[in-house]
Amino acid sequence: MMKLNVNGRDHEIEVEPEMPLLWVLRDELSILGPKFGCGIAQCGACTVFLDGEPVRSCSVTVGEISGAVTTIEGLMPDGRMHPVQQAWLDEQVAQCGYCQAGQIMTAVALLEAIPNPTDEDIDNAMSGNLCRCGTYPRIRAAIRRAASANAGA
Amino acid sequence: MIPKLMQSLVLPVANAKASRRQFMLGALAAGGGVAVGYHILASSTAAASETAADGNKAVAFTPYLTIDNTGKVMVLSSQFEMGQGSYNGLATLVAEELDADWSSIDVQGVAGNVKAYGNVAFGGAIQGTGGSTSMVTSWERYRKAGAAARAMLVAAAASEWGVQPAEITVENGVLAHPSGKTAGFGAFAAKAAAMPLPVDVKLKQPADWKLIGNAKLKRFDSTRKTNGTEQYTIDVNLPGMLTAVMIHPPMFGAKVKSFDAAAARSVKGVVDVVETPRGIAVVGEHMWAAIKGREAVKVVWDDTDAEKRSTPELMAMYKDLAGKAPVAIARKDGDVDAGFAAAAKVIEATFEFPYLAHSAMEPLNAVARRNEDGTLEIWGGHQFPDVYQMLAGQIVGITPDKVQLHVMKTGGSFGRRAVFDGDVVVESVYVAKAIGFRAPVKVQWTREDDMRAGRYRPSYVHTLKAGIDGDGKLVAWSDHIVGQSIMAKTAFDGMIQNGVDPTSVEGANNLPYAIPNQTVGLTSTDVGVPVLWWRSVGSTHTAFAAETFIDEIAEAAGRDPIEYRLSMLDPQSRHAVVLKLAAEKAEWTKPLPKGRFRGVSVAESFGSVVAQIAEVSTDDSGGIKVERVVAAVDCGLAVNPDQVRAQVEGGIGFGLGAILGEEITLTSGKVDQGNFDVYTPLRIDAMPVVEVHILASANPPSGIGEPGVPPIGPAVANAVYKALGKRIRTMPLAKSFNA
Repeated sequence: MMKLNVNGRDHEIEVEPEMPLLWVLRDELSILGPKFGCGIAQCGACTVFLDGEPVRSCSVTVGEISGAVTTIEGLMPDGRMHPVQQAWLDEQVAQCGYCQAGQIMTAVALLEAIPNPTDEDIDNAMSGNLCRCGTYPRIRAAIRRAASANAGA
Repeated sequence: MIPKLMQSLVLPVANAKASRRQFMLGALAAGGGVAVGYHILASSTAAASETAADGNKAVAFTPYLTIDNTGKVMVLSSQFEMGQGSYNGLATLVAEELDADWSSIDVQGVAGNVKAYGNVAFGGAIQGTGGSTSMVTSWERYRKAGAAARAMLVAAAASEWGVQPAEITVENGVLAHPSGKTAGFGAFAAKAAAMPLPVDVKLKQPADWKLIGNAKLKRFDSTRKTNGTEQYTIDVNLPGMLTAVMIHPPMFGAKVKSFDAAAARSVKGVVDVVETPRGIAVVGEHMWAAIKGREAVKVVWDDTDAEKRSTPELMAMYKDLAGKAPVAIARKDGDVDAGFAAAAKVIEATFEFPYLAHSAMEPLNAVARRNEDGTLEIWGGHQFPDVYQMLAGQIVGITPDKVQLHVMKTGGSFGRRAVFDGDVVVESVYVAKAIGFRAPVKVQWTREDDMRAGRYRPSYVHTLKAGIDGDGKLVAWSDHIVGQSIMAKTAFDGMIQNGVDPTSVEGANNLPYAIPNQTVGLTSTDVGVPVLWWRSVGSTHTAFAAETFIDEIAEAAGRDPIEYRLSMLDPQSRHAVVLKLAAEKAEWTKPLPKGRFRGVSVAESFGSVVAQIAEVSTDDSGGIKVERVVAAVDCGLAVNPDQVRAQVEGGIGFGLGAILGEEITLTSGKVDQGNFDVYTPLRIDAMPVVEVHILASANPPSGIGEPGVPPIGPAVANAVYKALGKRIRTMPLAKSFNA
């Protein structure tokens, strides 16, 4: 039996320690926001926070972690959209939407590390997250919008 | 097919009310062309009762929408949603004519009623999403459905309030009468649904539109796609459901000779290992168990009939064929030989295009469940639903109407889920059957499965030849296309006329330029690699070849690329208009800063015309970056202008990724690429700034999901030529420098 804290809640799980965190979240805990895209940390669709740091949950085994996990579901504990999500809505980023939970998690982490990122910072931070629909211009715009909302607050 | 259609045509008409309905539904279902039966309403009512998962009572208004007792409007979409925004477009059409509250609108995909949902652009006999036709097939149908429902609500309110229908106004989901009476749609939904369908409905005049053409309208599904709650096929989780991964043949056409699953069966969580006609399935309690189990299965393959060739061998064969006379002729104007003979200068070029994978973010999947009553349910990305119902029914031995399809949203598709053989859909049924239907089964492909199981944009070689006269005028043009037919040996085989698969030559046989002598030839190849339409289909390669070659000819003629194109176009033509718009917005004639270069192209696809001007920069090491793209778009009336922009932005990203770095290659029949470490779609750091300018148009909407793709490759290649002096003729682009 292993313990896993996800979005502020403790879970007891009985799985093989080498099971990737992604499949624990999805198949054991029915937390479906993190998505499977590649399984080798190349697309970022499965991005979650581990103790506040973004990780690719497909490539982290549940046995090797002890910290608290935050998924897109944990971004809005009071039910209100996170400012980055609001910027995503305002810029109408999502097309199919499949990669967007991962994009948003990466963007939240970027803005926590660099509240006012340059275009180069944005491209560097976000280049690990693939989007086949090509929403990239709007992802950039949403991050800029969220950053300026930060600055204004 | 024919007996079924006959049956529907002779359905008895019960009474005058039914007769009126029949007329209206006929008009709705088939654009007025074919009379269809009363049964449509019955079947849609059945669908409606299922939409009420929230416990509210929903009633059907035509097969196209339901309204529940809270006033929530559910648009029942014939078109599948893979990100392109068709659901939003259909919702806009319905909400506009219904005068609904936009926040009360939701959309659900539906299938299983081809009379109502058949795609008008495909002739109406098949339901399907593809060819950027969602707006084309829905434009009249879904507006009329909204208008009919509005009229029924008004009639119900008039009857209840004892007033004249004409005195009632509807705005933002509220019915109102000057006497002060008001009500939401929910109050009258049940009564209204029982009202006779109006014989005819009057659609709004464009001046009265509030939602159609509204650039500020937000997608109805934005929130759920931003907070992680949107449900895709991968998220389907039925009670007792098992998850299977497949072991597909390592070469196309190989078959299982034998397999040893003993070790796999002992992997914790593995439930079963079964053989299906499409390979071995490892069935687990969850995905990870299935993946671990798969690693332990040993399979011996029979590769007798497999495609064993490698990419260099295939390309050599294609190039050899391209140098010979074409097998079929797709276009012939004038006398091309005479044209070349009389030309002052003749230019030739050969272009090579690789196989491309769709690589949607959600790897392919489907869920199948057999019910105790013998019916079958399948959850998936049902881009060709009638086909999947038929194929699934055949596997189980039931009629297609006993196969219920749950149309899920999917994480992209780009054509990949519009398959003739139902691939992952039938796979889910095969696996469920192989385990004796003892549990619902989700078949989930991994990225490697998705990339290696075929259905690629075909590989092509083009040889082009152009002749110009002493004044630089283009007098002769020939294009010989060599590659696999997408439609051959499929249900679409009948579309091939005189040996020409239209999807192989589209964009090449309809060049807009006035060229007196031209031929477009086709040689279709027989290769065992499964191919498919890939976002913008034939124009992915035809537009590249034609539009870079035109640039080369313009240079040979000593002319500006835009001015040269315009000299061969009617000034009023859509191509000329978007070219001029793009040139103006990109300030084509204004010199660029040092190190910046421009290229232009224009292409028509799926009824729309898009011109793009790409601006590239070079660095000291000879690297290039696409900095900015200005697009001018004529897609008829833009129902959702912001979504038109989104599709063109995304199309540019999709097309640019392909020419910069995507390529599927084979070594002895095996696909070399398996994941995004080696198959490299565009990432954000290579995405240019995109400006989209939409031409104001009163014409009915034409395609937009795909037409943004074709012009980007040639526009960039033409800019790269300006920058580096190298013509780009082998894809992906870097190969042109290594060649």
